[in-house]
Amino acid sequence: MKILVCITHVPDTTSRIQFTDNNTTFDQTGVQYVIGPYDDYALARAVELRDQTSGKLTVLNVGDAASDPTLRKALAIGADEAVRIDTVPKDSFYVARQIAHFVEENDFDLILMGRESSDFNGGMVHGMVGELLGLPSISPVMKLEIDGKTAKLSREIEGGKEELEAPLPLIVGCQEPIAEWKIPNMRGIMSARTKPLLVKEPLSEQSHAEVVSYELPPAKGAVRLFTTDQVDDLVKLLKNEANVL
Amino acid sequence: MAVLIYIEQEAGGIKKSSLEAVSYGRTLADSLGTSALAVGLGPISTEEWTKVGKAGAVKGIHVADERLSAGIIQAHASAIADVFSYVDADILVLAKSSLGDAVAARLSVKLQAGLVSNVAALPDLSEGFTVKRSIFTGKAFAFTAIKTVKKILAIKKNILDIREEDHDLVVEVRQSSLGEEVFSAKITGMQKAEGQVSLPEADIVVSGGRGLKGPENWNLIEDLARELGAATGCSKPVSDLNWRPHHEHVGQTGIKVSPTLYVAVGISGAIQHLAGVNSSKKILVINKDPEAPFFKAADYGIVGDAFEVLPKLTDAVKAIK
Ligand SMILES: Cc1cc2nc3c(=O)[nH]c(=O)nc-3n(C[C@H](O)[C@H](O)[C@H](O)COP(=O)(O)OP(=O)(O)OC[C@H]3O[C@@H](n4cnc5c(N)ncnc54)[C@H](O)[C@@H]3O)c2cc1C
Repeated sequence: MKILVCITHVPDTTSRIQFTDNNTTFDQTGVQYVIGPYDDYALARAVELRDQTSGKLTVLNVGDAASDPTLRKALAIGADEAVRIDTVPKDSFYVARQIAHFVEENDFDLILMGRESSDFNGGMVHGMVGELLGLPSISPVMKLEIDGKTAKLSREIEGGKEELEAPLPLIVGCQEPIAEWKIPNMRGIMSARTKPLLVKEPLSEQSHAEVVSYELPPAKGAVRLFTTDQVDDLVKLLKNEANVL
Repeated sequence: MAVLIYIEQEAGGIKKSSLEAVSYGRTLADSLGTSALAVGLGPISTEEWTKVGKAGAVKGIHVADERLSAGIIQAHASAIADVFSYVDADILVLAKSSLGDAVAARLSVKLQAGLVSNVAALPDLSEGFTVKRSIFTGKAFAFTAIKTVKKILAIKKNILDIREEDHDLVVEVRQSSLGEEVFSAKITGMQKAEGQVSLPEADIVVSGGRGLKGPENWNLIEDLARELGAATGCSKPVSDLNWRPHHEHVGQTGIKVSPTLYVAVGISGAIQHLAGVNSSKKILVINKDPEAPFFKAADYGIVGDAFEVLPKLTDAVKAIK
């Protein structure tokens, strides 16, 4: 089975978010980049499925050379080859077009990615790729088994989950607990150095949207503290002053 | 040129977040000088359509195809696309949800429409069409200009009040022309907590963390939630340990909530948890450690032992009702 995992290269979840240039540019000072946490789940499940079916696992990132260490990490976790489409991702549609084009040229049985990126939180790329390719797309998926040419999945819905079956090829947006995050071991790290990392030219394509500026939320006021014996006062305040009860 | 709003149901009723989307769409339509129409898929009662009218839609388009009562993403996207061109709409508004997000993404390609998700306010129409959306899991906002003629906005919960219009909605039934190919994914089963408000839809959320010590103590959380009419949530370790189901896990890698009141009990307030709750209107934190980082993100705090505080708090809420 040929599996593709699309990964994002995003600030670590503990990063302090700040902007420069009059709030038009994300400030990268001191920011550590990682594989998107949801993409990391997709990758972990893909490694397991590749091992079960002795298939081939490709990881793909649409991004500039700054993503290379992130792709190497994916190789260390267990991908067989990495591909980077060399461009600055402009918006979800632009990225989806690049991915769809790559899939058209390379035929995969299964295309996995995170349910959303942890920077722009769009959660749209899987659906767009599905529509561009005329294939089903399912997200957010918590369980994925492959049985011949059919995928058996469980998808999170509000307050529960749904079991589904869909034919391959298929696009899946992943989240936990689809698999446990894998930490690269020494052997993985060593072999990642010699695995192929191919760089491809992007397709020329327009984006649909563009960010004009950024803003931080207003700072929180100070917390009002109560003791265990003042619970009644707090409840009155929640009702009469904050109007939340 | 109309604004079309995609409404979803939950437990036989239109979701509150969908009614918010209707009101958002109506306000937007008014400022564009056009009309707000709602589209509903699968069986919807007349009573529910009335709520859609009150929230601001002037007309409903009902695609009553039974096959659409299940949330098959490709099928919903095709049905909406058909209605979108039928009513000659330019803008689609929907509430962000597990199904809505997936459907919107496919529609963006079908309709050649720029899609912005996590929308946090009405668009700025003074120069083009610029939308404020939440990014970095609520840690910042981005003002995004949509460049396409057709547009899709997936809005966050609780960003505006539901309107109360006084008029009757006309509902037109539209025949479905969906072929079998869009139903290639099949739903084979479903498990859903019955009879309670779901976490993303709830106005009040009570969440427990590892400080609750074990699943056997969750009755304390549930008792308070019942008195408040709240949904229950939890931190990631709690669902990882299987104390609670995964669909209750709140945070960066779980459900993002924006209730009117978020109550966090025995949760330390790690940055990844805060990411899922930072757009709550008010936050109440209960923790025995006065140094717990959550207090910095809270509006109200009780420094105390959850096992003592929770029964008292539940009684106090009961008393005031
Ligand atoms: C990439 C990534 C993504 C993550 N995503 C998420 C996510 O989506 N959601 C999430 O929640 N976490 C997430 N985490 C984990 C997160 O970093 C924290 O580990 C987690 O939130 C801690 O859960 P907790 O507060 O329940 O437990 P703890 O950190 O163990 O805190 C327990 C708290 O309970 C208090 N306490 C103990 N006993 C009592 C008592 N009797 N009465 C009152 N208070 C008491 C303690 O003072 C403490 O503050 C993520 C981590 C990573 C690396």
